[in-house]
Amino acid sequence: MHVIENGNVAAALGVKLAGVQVIAAYPITPQTPLTEKLSEFIEAGEMKAEYIPVESEHSALAACIAASSTGARAFTATSANGLLYMHEQVHWAAGARLPIVMCVVNRAVGAPWNIWNDHQDSISQRDTGWIQMYACDHQQIIDSVLKAFAIAETVSIPVMVCYDGYLLSHTYMPFEVPEEKQVKRFLRPFKPHYALDPQNPANLNTVTLPDVRMDVEGEMAHGYMEFRYLLQEDLRQTLTIAQEIEDRFTQIFGRGGNALLEPHRCNDADYIVVGLGSLTYQLRDVVETLRSEGLKVGVLGIRMYRPFPDEAAVEVLRRARGVFVIEKALSYGYEGALSSDIKAALYGCRGDGADAAGGLPGDRTDVTQRGGPCVDGPFVRGLIAGIGGRDIRTADLTDTLRTAITGALDDPGWIGLKI
Amino acid sequence: MIQIRWHGRGGQGAITAAKIFATAAFKSGYTGVVMAPTFGTERRGAPVFTSLKLAKEKIYDISPIETPDIVVVLDHLLLTEADVTGGLKERGLMVLNTPKPLDSYDFGVERLAVADATSLAVEAGLPRGVVNSGVIGILCRAFDIVPFERVLGEIEAEFKTKRPQANAQSARLAYERTVVNGSPTVADADDAGAIAGRLGADLVAVVRDPGSAVSGSG
Repeated sequence: MHVIENGNVAAALGVKLAGVQVIAAYPITPQTPLTEKLSEFIEAGEMKAEYIPVESEHSALAACIAASSTGARAFTATSANGLLYMHEQVHWAAGARLPIVMCVVNRAVGAPWNIWNDHQDSISQRDTGWIQMYACDHQQIIDSVLKAFAIAETVSIPVMVCYDGYLLSHTYMPFEVPEEKQVKRFLRPFKPHYALDPQNPANLNTVTLPDVRMDVEGEMAHGYMEFRYLLQEDLRQTLTIAQEIEDRFTQIFGRGGNALLEPHRCNDADYIVVGLGSLTYQLRDVVETLRSEGLKVGVLGIRMYRPFPDEAAVEVLRRARGVFVIEKALSYGYEGALSSDIKAALYGCRGDGADAAGGLPGDRTDVTQRGGPCVDGPFVRGLIAGIGGRDIRTADLTDTLRTAITGALDDPGWIGLKI
Repeated sequence: MIQIRWHGRGGQGAITAAKIFATAAFKSGYTGVVMAPTFGTERRGAPVFTSLKLAKEKIYDISPIETPDIVVVLDHLLLTEADVTGGLKERGLMVLNTPKPLDSYDFGVERLAVADATSLAVEAGLPRGVVNSGVIGILCRAFDIVPFERVLGEIEAEFKTKRPQANAQSARLAYERTVVNGSPTVADADDAGAIAGRLGADLVAVVRDPGSAVSGSG
């Protein structure tokens, strides 16, 4: 069934369809209508879940951690300073390997106070060990919530489903609400490997020593480093598993296809623009304009940001002449985090020129070789846009990219800056 | 693409009106729908606006409308409070809820449609001040891309717990008593998109015979 609703409602419908059992959330703009909708569903008896109205975001995630530890399917949502306030628990949920799903309705962080969209909130959580997915439209929001639970419960790692505050959360567009019967085929009931049980009390995640040690049963138990190594390994493995889950989703629902990336007109592109979220859809119109002027441009949306799909991204980007990364967040004091990620991924790549030459210096014939220099690969240029909800005008995007391609763009490359 | 900007006051229901029209358009083949309210600063009574884009294909660009084809104004007092005509195309259409007659206005646009939706809503049995269903009636009369009966159905569905019949009646009265000026073009509603293509225009407002539209305006 198609409905025309806003992005928060799309998320709420996904949570309802996923059969979430415990929701703990604290309202914050622009996430508020999502949690309001969920409490309405529960109040009306349309959804059988426990809604825990907590006094802070820190408690919201703490409640979800407890619920998930008992084997319940748990969900929370937040934005901006709310996400920062739960930061300690964000790390904890990943370390504890709990398959919680959280919607992050992306908003700028204070100070100064600002309620509008950028990506600083979720990007600042990228190193917590959570999986991060970014949605470009409402269909992707509702579908991503379902996929997020499937991924989280398969790899025992929590997932953030990030979508742009206001631009998606408060904008109305049509999307298909999946059939309950199909969702049941796709998302099986949550069966945790281990769940807290009052009949069999246990401590979880107590002090874990730097080194391995014998446990009470005489078996060698992991030290802290082993636990953290496994989290990293399982995150890297998630790149493959997420695609398998995506394929299953596509089989059942007939939508989707690529869990990691969304390339658009990249095959023959001389220049590729990379970004996250709704901006990458807006860029499709820019691509058409620039192509009509003879500039072969494509756009690459990163759908899964952590774990980072470096190899898949390099495969799309390596033959281009130039890559422009447009970001709504910064690693302050350096550059946009995604720019750094893309550059790191391309380091050691083999570009179009190397292909044409038929080989690489030093007998390196592999397509990508980590740690080596880039051979005839694309240049990477970072651009900043839409900070704190600054309008990203399609005409400005077009002008900036046209200028950047011709090499005439002056630093600092902040699109729409008025200083 | 058809771009419609709706001006109202916070709490007046401009978003709901735009959503009803968008839903009816979607069901009539406009699969591309993006409706974006003003973000973050909505306050009851303050001027707000909502952007609605309609197209036959999916719309990827959700940035705000800068040059609307149509402007819908829910409250004529907003004319002095907000820049309602900002960016409105010369060949565009202005849809206005006002107690004043058509010739009191000159917006410098090709088409103007007015009705006193505020009074007509009361006549339809709604409390005073409920104007959003009526404004849809004015818009549908001047811009006939969606069968009006389907729009009425969407109004009843949207207001199913809030006087659905009276809201539909309010839209019907406004539709019947709308006064439209400007160049009448075609009366074949089903073909609006094809005609727009042939004329190379972004928009064709399908206006019925303006003579017969003038009936009992307030």
